[in-house]
Amino acid sequence: MSELTRIGARALRDRIAARAVSAVESVNAHLERAAAVDARLGAFTLIDEAGARTQAAAIDAAIARGEPAGPLAGVPIAVKDILCTRGVPTRCGSRILDGFVPPFDATAVARLRAAGAVVIGKANMDEFAMGSSTENSAYQVTRNPWDLARVPGGSSGGSAAAVAADLCPAALGTDTGGSIRQPAALCGVVGLKPTYGRVSRYGVVAFASSLDQVGPFANSVADVAVVLEAIAGHDPHDATSARRDPPRAREAEGGAQGIRIGVPKEYFAAGLDAEIAASVRAALARAERLGATVEEVSLPHTEYAIPTYYVLATAEASSNLARYDGVRYGHRAAGAETLQALYLRTRGAGFGAEVKRRIMLGTYVLSSGYYDAFYLKGQKVRTLIRRDFDAVFAKVDLLVTPTTPTPAFRIGEKTDDPLAMYLSDVYTVTVNLAGLPGLSLPCGVTGAGLPIGLQIVGRHFDEATVLRLGAALEADLGFRERRPRLPEQAAAGR
Amino acid sequence: MPITRDEVRHIARLANLEFSDEEQERFTRQLSAILDHVAHLDRLDTAAVEPTSHAGEDASPLRDDVPEPTLSTEEALANAPESARGLFKVPRVLG
Repeated sequence: MSELTRIGARALRDRIAARAVSAVESVNAHLERAAAVDARLGAFTLIDEAGARTQAAAIDAAIARGEPAGPLAGVPIAVKDILCTRGVPTRCGSRILDGFVPPFDATAVARLRAAGAVVIGKANMDEFAMGSSTENSAYQVTRNPWDLARVPGGSSGGSAAAVAADLCPAALGTDTGGSIRQPAALCGVVGLKPTYGRVSRYGVVAFASSLDQVGPFANSVADVAVVLEAIAGHDPHDATSARRDPPRAREAEGGAQGIRIGVPKEYFAAGLDAEIAASVRAALARAERLGATVEEVSLPHTEYAIPTYYVLATAEASSNLARYDGVRYGHRAAGAETLQALYLRTRGAGFGAEVKRRIMLGTYVLSSGYYDAFYLKGQKVRTLIRRDFDAVFAKVDLLVTPTTPTPAFRIGEKTDDPLAMYLSDVYTVTVNLAGLPGLSLPCGVTGAGLPIGLQIVGRHFDEATVLRLGAALEADLGFRERRPRLPEQAAAGR
Repeated sequence: MPITRDEVRHIARLANLEFSDEEQERFTRQLSAILDHVAHLDRLDTAAVEPTSHAGEDASPLRDDVPEPTLSTEEALANAPESARGLFKVPRVLG
């Protein structure tokens, strides 16, 4: 396997900018890697070989003409199949979007291209981003590169697996309740959910509009910072996108000295795997040696986060998913004689079980007689959860928690128990409810060899401090030297 | 809080979804379990708490009312399962 698939986004870009390597060579090396291993991983639902080579050739031509190389020039990137890609099918893990070819790029994708990145394919995901294991994809199973019998997490499981297995140095995902951070933790890569409003949601298939946010995966904090800088910033096409300049990647430098870290005691309570607790505690001890201070804090409404999330997210989803009616795009049921029958049959056949479950729950909590008891109640508890964070961020700069309560679970282990699956988001949903930035950083492996992630949460729009602690801890922990043991055929090339 | 089969049928109608008897039974059971978990929220007194509808900074900024380029009719119809004369085509609306 080519060394180019192991050096990371910034080093790759620098070699391409210096014309030591061409963008076409970079793309070919990653396409070869994907051809060798992705049949067993299932990270990509679509690999756009021709499109990727065309993009790469255009970048090489521009560099040869003397034009400045973009900050991601020639870097292959996997894009979660929830982001629209012009001329490239976008199915969002759902049969109901089978055949949909977007006439435009999502803003985050357009900005990646403008930075010189090459979209090499669409990454598998739970249908409409609803899930924590990628098992809800209507198309395929994605396997964890560290143990092929286990899930990669979800919903952005394809993006995380692709980066962990070196199919691409970076990827885009989306995070509504943990869908970037949880798979990043389970696959041993770095994943960032930016502050709500930091990255445009234009061209992102909507799940829960008040919670959804686009963010990057990579094998290092610095690479995540470079991708964030490229995709962030105000976009007039998204009314919720913030009028703020993107955080600069170099702000991630500077070390942990003087950072005040809070450790919420509720995140280390019953249900947390003992190895994960020990690994996160060990990382906190390292942070202290690096000059940070650590103190225990309390987020008293933590136990209400999962029910609040599942009321609000499903309510928003039931409204957003009303648009899939078999009229304007995607799947249409055959043979319906009336419009009502067309709706029922199209949606009945086009949506999978988890999506239907959430539409039903969301419709229920919004329905007459239940709105106040569930939806309004959820919105009020959301206020209490936000206030918890406001109170602790008056005293500390960042929070550090485990990203997940357990390491990667077995494929099929939780598919029959939706509530057990929901509880795997227990440490991540609070951050979406409060709209904060959250990073998952690999901090160790279990005795069974599965990655462990810790989560760093910051104040609104303070990705810089989140990334700064992440980079300092990453350098100290040395996790990047550990790589998943992929199947033998792939390992032979290493 | 248990949810009944009849309620599941009613919600399915509101959501334009169709279920087999077996699915109805399973959804009734699963939704009941999830709603039991959601009922934990009742322990909190929220009478004096304002609701939060979003975590953003600005409330719905408006742009100037100036026409801007958008999709052409051809692009907008390109993904339609059925179209005719520049329109989306659907089965008859009135049963």
